[in-house]
Amino acid sequence: MKRPATRCVMRRPGAPAPSVPPVSAPSRERSVTPEVVAEHGLSPEEYELALGILGRAPNMTELGIFSVMWSEHCSYKSSKKWLKTLPTEAPWVICGPGENAGVIDIGDGLACIFKMESHNHPSFIEPYQGAATGVGGILRDVFTMGARPVANLNALRFGSPDHPKTRHLVSGVVAGIGGYGNCVGVPTVGGEVNFDPSYNGNILVNAMTVGIAAKDRIFYSGASGVGNPVVYVGSKTGRDGIHGATMASAEFNADSEEKRPTVQVGDPFTEKLLIEACLELMATDAIVAIQDMGAAGLTSSSFEMASKGGLGIDMDLDKVPQRERGMTAYELMLSESQERMLMVLKPGKEAMARAIFDKWELDFAVVGTLTDTGRMVLRMHGAVVADLPIDPLAQASPEYDRPWTRTERPPVVKPDDVPARDWREVLKKLIASPDLASKRWIWEQYDHMVMGDTVQRPGGDAAVVRIHGSNRGLAMTTDCTPRYCVADPREGGKQAVAEAWRNLTAVGARPLALTDNMNFGNPQKPEIMGQFVEVCEGMAEACRALDFPVVSGNVSLYNETSGQGILPTPTIGGVGLLNDLGRMATLPFRREGDVVVLIGDAIGGRGGWLGRSLYLRDILGRAEYAPPEVNLSIERRNGDFVRGLIEDGRVSTCHDVSDGGLLVALAEMAMAGGIGVSVSTDPSQAYAQPLHAWLFGEDQGRYLIAVPEHEADGIQREASRVGVPCRRVGITGGETLTVDGGEGLSVASLKAAHEAWLPNYMEGLKSP
Amino acid sequence: MKARIHITLKNGVLDPQGKAVGHALASLGFGGVEEVRQGKYIELDLTETDRAKARETVDRMCRTLLANTVIENYEIDLG
Amino acid sequence: MKAAVIVFPASNCDRDVAVSIERTSGVKPLMVWHRETTLPDDLDLVVVPGGFSYGDYLRSGAMAAHSPIMREVKSRSERGLPVLGICNGFQILTEAGMLPGVLMRNARLRFICRDVYLRVETHDSLFTDRYETGETVRIPIAHHDGNYFADDATLKEIEDNRQVAFRYCDEEGEVRPEVNPNGSRANIAGVFNRDRTVLGMMPHPERLAEDILGGADGKPLFLSLVEALS
Repeated sequence: MKRPATRCVMRRPGAPAPSVPPVSAPSRERSVTPEVVAEHGLSPEEYELALGILGRAPNMTELGIFSVMWSEHCSYKSSKKWLKTLPTEAPWVICGPGENAGVIDIGDGLACIFKMESHNHPSFIEPYQGAATGVGGILRDVFTMGARPVANLNALRFGSPDHPKTRHLVSGVVAGIGGYGNCVGVPTVGGEVNFDPSYNGNILVNAMTVGIAAKDRIFYSGASGVGNPVVYVGSKTGRDGIHGATMASAEFNADSEEKRPTVQVGDPFTEKLLIEACLELMATDAIVAIQDMGAAGLTSSSFEMASKGGLGIDMDLDKVPQRERGMTAYELMLSESQERMLMVLKPGKEAMARAIFDKWELDFAVVGTLTDTGRMVLRMHGAVVADLPIDPLAQASPEYDRPWTRTERPPVVKPDDVPARDWREVLKKLIASPDLASKRWIWEQYDHMVMGDTVQRPGGDAAVVRIHGSNRGLAMTTDCTPRYCVADPREGGKQAVAEAWRNLTAVGARPLALTDNMNFGNPQKPEIMGQFVEVCEGMAEACRALDFPVVSGNVSLYNETSGQGILPTPTIGGVGLLNDLGRMATLPFRREGDVVVLIGDAIGGRGGWLGRSLYLRDILGRAEYAPPEVNLSIERRNGDFVRGLIEDGRVSTCHDVSDGGLLVALAEMAMAGGIGVSVSTDPSQAYAQPLHAWLFGEDQGRYLIAVPEHEADGIQREASRVGVPCRRVGITGGETLTVDGGEGLSVASLKAAHEAWLPNYMEGLKSP
Repeated sequence: MKARIHITLKNGVLDPQGKAVGHALASLGFGGVEEVRQGKYIELDLTETDRAKARETVDRMCRTLLANTVIENYEIDLG
Repeated sequence: MKAAVIVFPASNCDRDVAVSIERTSGVKPLMVWHRETTLPDDLDLVVVPGGFSYGDYLRSGAMAAHSPIMREVKSRSERGLPVLGICNGFQILTEAGMLPGVLMRNARLRFICRDVYLRVETHDSLFTDRYETGETVRIPIAHHDGNYFADDATLKEIEDNRQVAFRYCDEEGEVRPEVNPNGSRANIAGVFNRDRTVLGMMPHPERLAEDILGGADGKPLFLSLVEALS
């Protein structure tokens, strides 16, 4: 489901529709009682609103439609007040939130279309199919708008590694994402994976797709042209994923040996055909509007298309291709069968369009006609089975201003108040910890090279995919640090946006726009709603300061089990542009003898920020204190400086400093390049005191670059001219990582430990 | 008429899926499983009423497409 | 060199291999839809690309092997037309009986996408002429079913006839069981037919045929073909 347009006017329902034609309720359907209303998740107030809109009681089909249209998932009723505060505009934004995905201008007559969406709950119930259909859904959001998908990413959060379900969930989710993405032939190029006990009962599976389209051939969902045919294409409709409430329907009781599947099953083969067929049809001029059938399937797609065009639809449900016998109107309208699309064609184009779908062996059916009534009229077996006004349902869904409270700011910890530990022990432990250990075991199960344009594979700061047939590239990343967000949602929201911006910058890309996936607990709790509000505030501030608008997104609330909510997790999916792939930076050390330079500094120029750091959490076992502050003007200044160096061709090795701090970042560059590094501090200077805070503090807005000696001086001079902190922190070379001389750690053994944790964990072995 | 086809790996062909299932059963505490071989089951609804003819056709289907006789055996059950 | 690339509904490396062919030969290959029944008379090469052909639901490549176009490919190959099958293409060629053996589920049961090292077993073929015999090259794999199996008699036959094109090895070229990514017998990554006019291989030479993508060890394979067939 897409998020409401920020500028869209929320219309409240007017007077009830004047004349209501008789609507027949099939005798097999249950009658609508207060219990049935409650089962459908509508509050008594919402049901009153529905009665007002309709001017009579709804039948079961109509109630089902109200229920899905006004669900949190489709209506954003708790979140839209706050989502509207996020900046969505920039000169390069072609289409912000409100369509299937966001669209930005990337030059050369091309547009980049992208979005991220969650499939959290289904993935917890059935990890393989849940994750697979999540990938399928987000792919459809993007190619619906005319883009060929060129990359997938995913942000995954699992429970504690010790939790008995975690291993099974990791295994299933990863196989599902791979099984779907690999088959459709879209490379899965990046993402992130965290573990935290707060996700034990609610894992997060956030999938992102990035596509490229011709700028003048973008397809939207607003229907137009009274009399135009409404066409259904793709897979047949079965009883997949129908709202749990239907399990108790009368018909089900009468035929109880047949269990209805509520888990959707994905068919990537059909999706691949659907992509090709849709893109082939989009190359013609036949399509007026197109919309994928995602959550709430035929209901949401038909209502949205009609509502956006201010029109009505007269639909004959007998024409809907059906996989199972005896499906009711209720089931047809609520089914979440996968790999289906709804479109409005220009008159007279049906035969040509049908020929394309025949070629790809997909169903094609004219199921309805656009009308000027503003009503959705559904017919089945010759009778009207539902007759609903469209706009009140689609646009006047309830909007809540839920009560919320601010999270109390935790105290800031002084570096000296955090006990020191031997850096070698700390580093060895951190780089082999669940959050920082290599995720190779996961991304090697994803085809990350198909399409032949993957220029930076998984494992770097951002993935880079070449724009086919050019020397330009798109950089992409997903980021969020939930442990910061829970401590200080506002700083956490800022940090998530800033880190995505920083990761794009670190490869040399100009960050253009982002998509977000807001994962939170129960918004009816003021403290959870407060997390949401404050995260939005922080994000909005960062988006504005960094010229990095939100162009699409998705909200997933109620991620709670037995009253235990997840850490607030506003996942940011960022996209940036590289104009010359010859001037791109990567993370590994390239050669011996390079000078390693740190750009940016600890806030205030001394110490290091240990509050909420991995040092504090994973070494000392304390989830405490305030997370690092994000100074957005410094963030921007430092990032613009680094990007300038990369664009000038002077820097080609760069890595941002984030989780785990400076020493972890240095170790990552050493391990990736197979080259050691001698780190040196100047003990006479206050900046590196105390040492453990300097090495492991997680101060923001920092980058490491490695350059030949002759470049280093010039870069330092330039940095001081523009006021960017810049200091030498080491020299590459040898096979070990050392700090101020002394006993070092072998890069090979660090790498072995870094690579071993996840495969050993998945095999059920203890890490060495 | 229904044709039920069981396709199994030939003896001697390593069956990593079967091995993994066996391993999983053991780790769940099910003892006494000496070997697991995983196969496929395919059901066909045939219009043919002559059993001999049906068997002949299904056998051809198996040899041509349904089984790969380099590594797989098949059994046909008509009913 | 006039090449044709076969396109099944869920082929997904068809464009990638076409790009590599065009970059080396200067000629766009012909893209041939799976429902076609004939190939042009003046073709020099057919490529069966990677992907999932018809979804690979029964066994990888099984249904594609019986498609209309594959009947034509098989009959033309019997008359000497060179055929290259990559990944799913290799699976299809074995299922079609054009190459010995079969590709089973990876020994660790997981899809694997990574660069692997291959030892070139012979440069004496129109596919491998630009490599040295015994040379080590780095080329990626990306498959779920790449575990090459042939029974003992078949294995002996293909070894005796020197039909093995590539074997998985380490960076130094040593063929060891520990570097076998998928459980293939004798670390086999690619095999020829008896006449060495048909090659099937699991690794994707088209994916590392350009430095910007991280390596170009796949490029000599296309150069060899262009040289032999132009």
